[in-house]
Amino acid sequence: MERYYQKEIETASREAIKKIQSERLVEQVKHVWDNVPYYRKKMEAAGVSPADIKGVEDLSKLPFITKADLREAYPYGLVGVPLKDCVRIQSTSGTTGKRVVAFYTQADIDLWEDCCARALTAAGATDEDVCQVSYGYGLFTGGPGLNGGSHKVGCLTVPTSSGNTERQIMFIQDLSATILCCTPSYAAYLGESMKEMGLGPGDIPLKAGIFGAEAWSEEMRQSIQNTLGIKAYDIYGLTELSGPGVAFECSEQNGMHINEDHFIAEVIDPETGEPLPEGSQGELVFTAITKKAFPLIRYRTRDICVLSSEKCSCGRTFIKMSKPRGRTDDMLIIRGVNVFPSQIETVLLNEGYPANYQIIVDRVNNTDTLDVRVEMTPELFTDNMGEISGRQKRLQDSLKSMLGIKAKVSLVAPKSIVRSEGKAVRVIDNRKI
Amino acid sequence: MSVKQISVFLENRPGTLCEMTEVLAAANIDMRAFSLAETSEFGIARIIVNDVYKTTTVLRDAGYVHSVSDVIAVEIPDRPGGLHGVMKTISDAGINLEYIYCFLSGKTGVAYMICKVADPAAATMLLTAKGAFLASQEDLSEL
Repeated sequence: MERYYQKEIETASREAIKKIQSERLVEQVKHVWDNVPYYRKKMEAAGVSPADIKGVEDLSKLPFITKADLREAYPYGLVGVPLKDCVRIQSTSGTTGKRVVAFYTQADIDLWEDCCARALTAAGATDEDVCQVSYGYGLFTGGPGLNGGSHKVGCLTVPTSSGNTERQIMFIQDLSATILCCTPSYAAYLGESMKEMGLGPGDIPLKAGIFGAEAWSEEMRQSIQNTLGIKAYDIYGLTELSGPGVAFECSEQNGMHINEDHFIAEVIDPETGEPLPEGSQGELVFTAITKKAFPLIRYRTRDICVLSSEKCSCGRTFIKMSKPRGRTDDMLIIRGVNVFPSQIETVLLNEGYPANYQIIVDRVNNTDTLDVRVEMTPELFTDNMGEISGRQKRLQDSLKSMLGIKAKVSLVAPKSIVRSEGKAVRVIDNRKI
Repeated sequence: MSVKQISVFLENRPGTLCEMTEVLAAANIDMRAFSLAETSEFGIARIIVNDVYKTTTVLRDAGYVHSVSDVIAVEIPDRPGGLHGVMKTISDAGINLEYIYCFLSGKTGVAYMICKVADPAAATMLLTAKGAFLASQEDLSEL
């Protein structure tokens, strides 16, 4: 039977959800107009005032907030309440430029943790469960968010944070952890390590995992599920909007329900900024309608995905978003062709290679080169040189047919590609352009 | 009469071989024979050692991907034409060689050829019947 953390809102009618969104949007726009001069100026420049916003249908009149705005307004420019009402900050790793610092009131943290509790409950967690949170704690939102959600559900929470794999496995076994929260690449790594220790899916007490904070493919889900003997659920979020829990997967494991009572989602054309009809692929844009300390309006996530309001068998009525199919900013343009790392991952897993890989892009004699580094595994290794080379050639052919351009495949020593405890460094672009 | 050969995956970049030999040296592994096959991408080090179990254990602990396969060790008289005589025998027996590598022993007058063949047991029977001498794992350890 499907369980819900906040059944009434999670299964409300579409009309009721739209009504709540409209009320909250109107209120949020007033709040931002009154308290965030930076955004008020943007609204004035766009010739729009709170009086023009009467409901969600008016959303597209509002200007966007982009990562560039966050940089410009850093650190306090987008804060909507006096600092004395803020109780915490969280921050991004800053891998793509300046760190984002997000602020929270106690109420903001509360609603964020509710969102995470909904995700955990959808993954089957109850107060009988032992939930090991192996996301990093600290500035990164992964640990604190799931930790709070786990408390709300009433799980016995094991805050291992990231790293120290042996200790992670010891706690999973000794305390019979049933739920694991971490990045998908770390889940895969834990799985490999347990396998090396001779532990099969039947020896591992885990039953479900919530894995987010980086892109992962359906094939990677299958491989994690098989190694650990669990159901693996995706969770979506970003620090700018609170953290994990903006959207989460249910038992269908087919798209993530967006917590629409807190976030309004749109998909836009990344070139023109025009909203696209439901079902179109485009850039995901979120408006936070309940958060007060860091109230972002029409924030451009740069994630490429598709929204769907098709009826879900889990009973939730929140709209679903597809797994991000790439990011407008991690899309690589190689020899004029758009390449997403997720496409490469799909090919690797289909060909039986591990999900741990690295993409190296360079420019030699004015031509872009794409080198995919994959780790050799005991399963793939044989004394027969021709067989290894043949398999390598097959992988190159599959990559070519998926991407439309030639990729070189390098086989590297096991565990030589650094595993991520936060976010994986999948792409190294050495081109000096 | 086959012999255990350990094959180790190595990246093709400076230093990888040295890292592996360091692991073997630290574990006091005595190698009988060593051969390296390579492409521009990767290499396979093939070794015959005095202690197969210990070697695979230290390699695994050091994180090396490796496999153990059966090969045959054929004795070759160490004199001009010695290898040809053995090759003739192998050829007459219709045995296909995937790869070979040779080494000299401390034993005067004898060299050995390690051969990878599809069916080591069948090859052993054919060659022994034709008068070739094949070394066992113990024979090699005692060299």
